[in-house]
Amino acid sequence: MLLIPCPWCGPRDEAEFHYGGQAHIAYPDNPAALSDEEWARYLFFRDNPKGPFAERWSHTAGCRRWFNVVRDTATNEIHAVYRVGEPRPVTA
Amino acid sequence: MSGQPYRREGATGKTLRFRFDGRDYEGLEGDTLASALLANGVRAVASSIKLGRPRGVYAAGCEEPNALVQIEEPFPEPMLTATTVELYDGLVATGLPGQGRLADRPDPARYDAVHAHCDVLVVGAGPAGIAAAGVAARAGARVILADERPAPGGSLLGTTETLDGRPGHEWAAAEVAALEALPEVRVLRRTSVIGHYDDNYVIAVERRTNHLGAAAPAHVARERVWRIRAKRVVLATGGHERFVAFAGNDLPGVMLAGAARTYVNHYRVLPGRRAVVFTTNDSAYAAALDLADAGVEIAAIADVRQAPGETWAARCAERGIELLTGHVVTAALGEGEVSSVRVAPRGDGQAREIPADLLLVSGGWTPVVHLFSQAGGTLRYDEGLGAFVPGEIRQAVEAAGFARGVTTLRGCLEDGAQAGRRALAAAGFAVPSETSVPAAEEEPAAAPAEHLWLVEAPGDDDYGAHFVDLQRDVTVADVLRAVGAGLSSVEHVKRYTTAGTAHDQGKTSGLLTSAVVAHALGVDVGELGTTTFRAPYTPVSFAALAGRDRGHLHDPIRVTAMHEWHVAHGARFENVGQWKRPWYYPRPGEDMEAAVLRECRAAREDVAAMDASTLGKIDVVGPDAAVFLDRLYTNMMSTLKVGSIRYGVMCRADGMVFDDGTVIRLADDRFLVTTTTGNAAAVLDWMEEWLQTEWPDLRVSCTSVTEQWATVALVGPRSREVLARLAPGLAVDNDSFPFMTWREAEVAGIPARICRISFSGELAYEINVSSWYGLALWEAVMASGEVTPYGTETMHVLRAEKGYPIVGQDTDGTVTPQDLGMEWIVSKKKADFIGKRSFARADTSRPDRKQLVGLLPEDPGVLLPEGAHLVETSSLPEPPVPTLGFVTSSYRSAALGRTFALALVSRGRERIGERLYAPVGAELVPVTVTSHVLYDPEGARRDG
Amino acid sequence: MSPETQGRRTPGADLPDHPDRLWRPAEPKRAYDVVIVGGGGHGLATAYYLAKNHGITDVAVLERGWLAGGNMARNTTIIRSNYLWDESAGIYEHALKLWEGLEEDLGYPLLFSQRGVLNLAHSLQDVRDSVRRVNANRLNGVDAEWLTPEQVKEVCPIVDISPDVRYPVLGGTYQPRAGIAKHDYVAWGFAKAASDLGVDMIEHCEVTGLDVRDGRVTGVRTTRGAIAAGKVALAAAGHSSVVAGYAGVSLPVQSHPLQALVSELLEPVHPTVVMSNAVHVYVSQAHKGELVMGAGIDAANSYRQRGAFHIIERQMSAALELFPVFARAHVLRTWGGVVDVTPDASPIVGLTPVENLYVNCGWGTGGFKATPGVGWCYAHTVATGEPHPLNAPFSLDRFTTGKLVDEHGAAAVAH
Repeated sequence: MLLIPCPWCGPRDEAEFHYGGQAHIAYPDNPAALSDEEWARYLFFRDNPKGPFAERWSHTAGCRRWFNVVRDTATNEIHAVYRVGEPRPVTA
Repeated sequence: MSGQPYRREGATGKTLRFRFDGRDYEGLEGDTLASALLANGVRAVASSIKLGRPRGVYAAGCEEPNALVQIEEPFPEPMLTATTVELYDGLVATGLPGQGRLADRPDPARYDAVHAHCDVLVVGAGPAGIAAAGVAARAGARVILADERPAPGGSLLGTTETLDGRPGHEWAAAEVAALEALPEVRVLRRTSVIGHYDDNYVIAVERRTNHLGAAAPAHVARERVWRIRAKRVVLATGGHERFVAFAGNDLPGVMLAGAARTYVNHYRVLPGRRAVVFTTNDSAYAAALDLADAGVEIAAIADVRQAPGETWAARCAERGIELLTGHVVTAALGEGEVSSVRVAPRGDGQAREIPADLLLVSGGWTPVVHLFSQAGGTLRYDEGLGAFVPGEIRQAVEAAGFARGVTTLRGCLEDGAQAGRRALAAAGFAVPSETSVPAAEEEPAAAPAEHLWLVEAPGDDDYGAHFVDLQRDVTVADVLRAVGAGLSSVEHVKRYTTAGTAHDQGKTSGLLTSAVVAHALGVDVGELGTTTFRAPYTPVSFAALAGRDRGHLHDPIRVTAMHEWHVAHGARFENVGQWKRPWYYPRPGEDMEAAVLRECRAAREDVAAMDASTLGKIDVVGPDAAVFLDRLYTNMMSTLKVGSIRYGVMCRADGMVFDDGTVIRLADDRFLVTTTTGNAAAVLDWMEEWLQTEWPDLRVSCTSVTEQWATVALVGPRSREVLARLAPGLAVDNDSFPFMTWREAEVAGIPARICRISFSGELAYEINVSSWYGLALWEAVMASGEVTPYGTETMHVLRAEKGYPIVGQDTDGTVTPQDLGMEWIVSKKKADFIGKRSFARADTSRPDRKQLVGLLPEDPGVLLPEGAHLVETSSLPEPPVPTLGFVTSSYRSAALGRTFALALVSRGRERIGERLYAPVGAELVPVTVTSHVLYDPEGARRDG
Repeated sequence: MSPETQGRRTPGADLPDHPDRLWRPAEPKRAYDVVIVGGGGHGLATAYYLAKNHGITDVAVLERGWLAGGNMARNTTIIRSNYLWDESAGIYEHALKLWEGLEEDLGYPLLFSQRGVLNLAHSLQDVRDSVRRVNANRLNGVDAEWLTPEQVKEVCPIVDISPDVRYPVLGGTYQPRAGIAKHDYVAWGFAKAASDLGVDMIEHCEVTGLDVRDGRVTGVRTTRGAIAAGKVALAAAGHSSVVAGYAGVSLPVQSHPLQALVSELLEPVHPTVVMSNAVHVYVSQAHKGELVMGAGIDAANSYRQRGAFHIIERQMSAALELFPVFARAHVLRTWGGVVDVTPDASPIVGLTPVENLYVNCGWGTGGFKATPGVGWCYAHTVATGEPHPLNAPFSLDRFTTGKLVDEHGAAAVAH
């Protein structure tokens, strides 16, 4: 049970949140212009690093806001929390 | 009854009666089952799992490897350690041969869970833990002190050590009572900390009424799970003594030296009359002397070292105890229990047999590092201690006292106090300038221990009774065989031999197993390492973890405002997600089929009503609401006029149908969206995700209003007439109130929004009122006595006759709108919407996709099972048989006067008119493929 | 000990012993025809069938830890083939048929017990999905039956079929040929058999890089040095993304912790395997008597072989819904593995954009049951350079065409 620092509500138990996978995957500007391969990348391919990972969480049982987290998937340590639209912060 | 022959003189307390293995005994209040059995001279408590050897009490705590018992009364509970079962009047237990037995009746006890937060969690109320808690608590920190035993004191409970001049256990009791009086301190007794997770999330289980037996009050939770989030954790978890591998080291009468000391001092029980002591270190001497002082004859002490501590040697000499230095025990001997002990000098020399009924063993002490390791800490091998001790850790956790290898009482107190100071600082409290710890007696200077794991046998074939894991009957011979088979990892040896996998999870044997493997491989145990420590530290009942989330509390039950009426009128219910929905309303003598045919007929021929309140309802509001909905739905929503309603489908980005429902335009910037009952939360999540993460520029907000509205669907050719009566102020004629529009009016005197939509194909209205008035509205609709209530089953039949799919029943996440015959709802005008790009993929545009069609069994009385498959041929070839598709919905239709089905069939629309076969049991049922719209294809009826 | 306890059986005496010799520990050579990355069940089975079916014995299995110490050592050992889609039924049924002769083939006792698997239905839609799956199974030659609640109770008397349960049992599917096996025995059986045929088992050898030249893989970098390879076959489960990434190949998989647990040893109460999707439970009673139970996966990606505790708590409340008799059983040990999950809950087995580099991953929570089947097909793929017909549908390019094999909805619990 991670302790996730929601940028709006403060630290809360992981069970209050919904996980949203990799952050910074933008919906393509013009899907019709993409090849099937490019569209497949958008639909199905996400990074899966062992180490720091910028990911999305939503505080579904709280403020219901989406935000981003940099978490190390090897240790579960949270390095940074930031709002949607902000760039990924530099972390150690 | 012989009155506890092994009870020490002067032991006092209330007498308790219990029964073990069919015999009646007495014990004293404060006993464990193990101490009470020892007091009665019961040596063999259980038998071993594989070899069936008798086994006795070996330890005095949760690390017990041998004395496994089954509780029979007051309620059956499988496999507990006799050393942790507190004795109570009326306890009935039996010794186990390896397997426990579950009760054959429901557990009447309650269980619950509590969340707790603290600045400092201290695990273990021994000297170090109490010292740490004291420092933190007196500085005002929120402290939780948890200990698995009924009383605080830890190691002090089993010794005769003094602190500030009084018995150590008295100091512990007084100090903990003083701390408990502080407002921010919580002391959890009988509470085992079983798991240490990320971000200092710690799980503990409190046994609240177990020790009361049949007198346990029914309203108090028997066990309680504590979910603790701590800023800082101090692990003062102490150590477990370990044994040495020698022949017969499993015989009843062999016991860990520290455990024997606890039985004598704490439980006032003599574990035997005449003892031999076998040790690798100084700690067993204190045990030997305490036993001697209590009247146990110490026949000899065999110390593997040439030079034990001088003070200890002198004390033995004072009491005339024979000290055999440089000796080992080569065998414990006896039939079913120890009757003599064979000792021999190390290397060459004459062995001798010493008659004894008790053999105390100390192979050294292992710090309890389970929680530290679970918390992600590394371990390092400490040569001096001959054990793994805590190393580095990322979390805000530290070990204190013996748990990190501090061996003296004075050292543990000081170490605990320091840990308390560091915890204070880390939790943001002012650290007091000084902290004091109670004065401990001077302890004899320690002589180094020698880490002997294994007493060598004459030959490799003679290790069959050198046990390393008592509970799994694993011997040195087994370990040697595993290594001989080519295994070199402790994990492999564990799996080959099963060592360490039993009830005790290797608490006394894990390190010994590693050491014997290392010995066999010729490597160092520190280098070889140990197996992983996994939660729980001690076994925890399923029921405790399930807590109160059982039965009706397993998952919330949602009901509509009209629920009471449905119950009162005999509705049968269907679970739809968390909702209870009326399924059908059988009248006396009706089965489901008859009831549904009647309800259908009422809807098609007369007037009927359904509680449609469970449909998801979302307010979508803001200047960009129309743009937003255009992106979500496959069809155009921005062109919808205020006052009108449009049906819509939404897809996931992969082009597969996700949900459907109606969109009502309430104002230019305001829509009400309905969703399927099961998907309401998912659709709201979906909307918020897109708005917040992709389109934050859109000025739109979404609010669930499912619970705020109650909805009655009024259906049938006479629905207009009934509505007109209920809403005299509303113009209900077709021109004033056309199909796919909504109006506001009072219905039965209740302000309502009425939508003229139809999921049945009939003339129909959905009347929405504040859910506070839901029941009143429903009762008003029903009051005339003309309106037939119908449930979900009838709703399903009516919509299927019209070919309207149900998302989740006629779709399964692999179906596109085109597959459903809904090309018309996929906008060609919009540049993009979610899912559009996917329709152009090779597979999604494949011509042989499964398409929704109707099926008419050739025998109109035959009802196809939903889930039946369809094949082309009238006889089945050998499998695998190619399937064309399957039946998604199948009903008896009152309107059609026959059975029919919907199905997803490959190239289905091309096959209309073809005959296919549905294998049902051993038969192949012929069916004809038709359009999926079977009733009123022109749509004349809904216009009334 | 009383006279009556002395007469009781010794339940631990029933298990067959492992053989006196297992695999031959090997030092890495400088080059192999085939290097298999990952010494779990799939890697070992692939090595065995490469040697046995294709005569390719110059093979190394590289394992970063101890052999079969990953998910192979951590799963709940359920074996079944009652999957919904034809593609899935094909490969899982092939596996089940191999299981049925595997003890003899490997000459190793695997404790393969065909005690059947029940998949319970708790809603009307569950019932429809289950009947659909039973019918699909039968057409595919997979044994399957639909059982009423009363019949469920006959197969497994401890299941609570009363209406008091929050989500009552409305029936279940039953595959009699399904069952369990002992995972270590299976892994070691394959390892020993492959080793006997000449395959090198190399432990504590972590792959740290893949050498790719002109679009073709030529070898692996490891913590024990570089090893040249004619072909490289990945079988790294939860670490597949990391390893494939060394060759610039991205995979549509995400790694999540999955937990399981065992109880103490109990007298036999549970004769079959029960799985439920709606009330999330899968449980069997293993040979020595412990209840073996799987929990759900953690939502967030992680490579920690450890899950969150609330998942275990939920698992227990689900277990007691269906099996109230378990109330006072005890959780003895929990553990976690890292599973690689694909978008359609089906595996990826086949070629990659890099020549001579093959991938087998994405088995999610259910790879154990496929072990012999995937070993057989993957060996064929590696040996011939072409997918076996049974794994052809599980190609990487299905994510581009959209021809997914979506086992999410209708396959009950995907374990």
